[in-house]
Amino acid sequence: MKDVGINANVEQSGKTVSRDAAKLKSAGEWSLISRIKKNKASYVLIAPYFILFFAFTVLPVTMSITLSFTSFNVLEPPVFIGWDNYIRLFLNDDIFRIAIRNTLIFAVITGPVSYFMCLLFAWIINEFRGKLRAFITLIFYAPSISGNAYVVWNLILRGDKYGILNGILLGLDLLNEPVIWMKTEKYVLMFLIIVQLWLSLGTGFLTFIAGLQTIDKTLYEAAAIDGIKNRWQELWYVTLPSMKPQLLFGAVMQITQSFAVADISIQLAGNPSVNYAGTTIVTHLLDYGSIRYEMGYASAIATVLFILMVGSNRIVQKLLRKVGN
Amino acid sequence: MRGTGKGGKKLHVKHKRRTGLNRSMAGNVTLFIFMGICGVFMAVPLIFVVSNAFKPLDELFRYPPRLFPRNPSLDNFADLKVLMSNSWVPFSRYIMNTIIITGGGTLGHVIVASMAAYPLAKHDFPGRKLLFSIVVLSLMFTWQVTQVPNYLIISKLGINNTYLAVILPAFSYGLGLYLMKQFMEQIPDSLIESARLDGASEYRIYLSIIMPNVKPAWLTLAVLQFQTMWGNTGSQFLRDEQLKPLQYALLQIVNSGPARQGAAAVVTLIIAAIPITFFIICQSSIIETMTTSGMKD
Repeated sequence: MKDVGINANVEQSGKTVSRDAAKLKSAGEWSLISRIKKNKASYVLIAPYFILFFAFTVLPVTMSITLSFTSFNVLEPPVFIGWDNYIRLFLNDDIFRIAIRNTLIFAVITGPVSYFMCLLFAWIINEFRGKLRAFITLIFYAPSISGNAYVVWNLILRGDKYGILNGILLGLDLLNEPVIWMKTEKYVLMFLIIVQLWLSLGTGFLTFIAGLQTIDKTLYEAAAIDGIKNRWQELWYVTLPSMKPQLLFGAVMQITQSFAVADISIQLAGNPSVNYAGTTIVTHLLDYGSIRYEMGYASAIATVLFILMVGSNRIVQKLLRKVGN
Repeated sequence: MRGTGKGGKKLHVKHKRRTGLNRSMAGNVTLFIFMGICGVFMAVPLIFVVSNAFKPLDELFRYPPRLFPRNPSLDNFADLKVLMSNSWVPFSRYIMNTIIITGGGTLGHVIVASMAAYPLAKHDFPGRKLLFSIVVLSLMFTWQVTQVPNYLIISKLGINNTYLAVILPAFSYGLGLYLMKQFMEQIPDSLIESARLDGASEYRIYLSIIMPNVKPAWLTLAVLQFQTMWGNTGSQFLRDEQLKPLQYALLQIVNSGPARQGAAAVVTLIIAAIPITFFIICQSSIIETMTTSGMKD
């Protein structure tokens, strides 16, 4: 598990040898303590962040994982129950199985599709100049920062004839009567995926745009001289390798986004949704955590989700290292 | 990464604009049409958000629904204004709370995270890889279940029901550190090395070499963090009505009844418009920076 994050470093670690490390190599043997002393400035710079990070992230996460082995209703002190939560989760919880299935379908579709959308649109936008470019960026980025504006999809997907989608389809005589989209099992997941894709040009997208800005423009001229013929070759051999750090970052963001989907499902399909068609791991978790106050069980769900995400992240980071080769 | 060395040779060549190099006309036209279609899909729901705010009540419930209002009116805005003036905490107070929380959380995170990102990207100190991988792992833990432990920690620290309860944890979000580190890795080592030879301290290098060179990164981070903080209603930690942010107050007003559909449409518009405005302000700087700062070997 430990080397997941390190993947990103692997290529750089060779190059980013500071002066201290350079001395370290030439001197042969240095004790750990003197290396720490030599890097005093590094520790001073990271101290404020990591003190807060340990207090407000590492500690709560550790506490949550510990709670997953207890029965805890927030009011009474937690009682240690070993693996019971996990056994119950995998053997006795039918809805959790539906939640895992939905989440995996959802993540396998929205994860890669939204990642490539972010990359594709950022790359195309980079071809435009000036005001037009700023305008297109705004149009594509705006949905993801509009707070809860996605509830406007409730108007589009409304189940009566006032709904916009129903209105259009009825007007075109494609439907005889309005469809209650978000209460019909077979449509729920599909529309959640569409809305998520609409929302997905967020963090990754903005990072890619900034990453494209950072690429040294002379590389493209050098590449043209070296015989790169069209924009596709340029993309694969010059652009993508130059923005690898951003690609790795975007992948992590897209994985966490697509596995942790919950809000749009609750807002558009309700919780619980019709026949659990929109239930995801996180809506299931919220059901136990904030409605039934079974925090131990909710923590076990979170831990399973965490392991799923870490696993997919490992696979994706491995794939991304092949870019440009 | 790969080509940063190559750039040096051509340092003084006046660049042609990139468009034109390796670009075909047919390709440009196809891209243009493709972007047009996708743009419409992205924009239509947001156009509804805007136009609903200007629709009089009878048009909000009209069949078939119309994209643009026939008789645009400011009634909904007037409704919201009346509702706001009935609130017993003055709205100026909510606005000030939002400025403190959003401003403090954004500024603090950008500074603290980028300070920590520099050594992680460019120094080789013991513990560096371990610390970074913990940050990346933390991004994958569902925050909904850490709320209870978080609450316990914040109470123990005695900062419950203060601005600090919302602002301090925001300083150490994982996203900013990860983002800044990834960008700082692209800065050529030679740039840092030459500053060291000139006798610059690590703090000096951070301030005058690193930060100016990753301006698009920290502006991007500012946009992302602003949006997160703006969406943070702090309802878990801020009990006093006088400490709550604007978004909380706005949602409170419109959630209280179906008769407030008109005012609710305006609130949705306001909540969306503020981060978008902040993005527009930062956007031009994100895009223009790199043409002048010249990150070259």
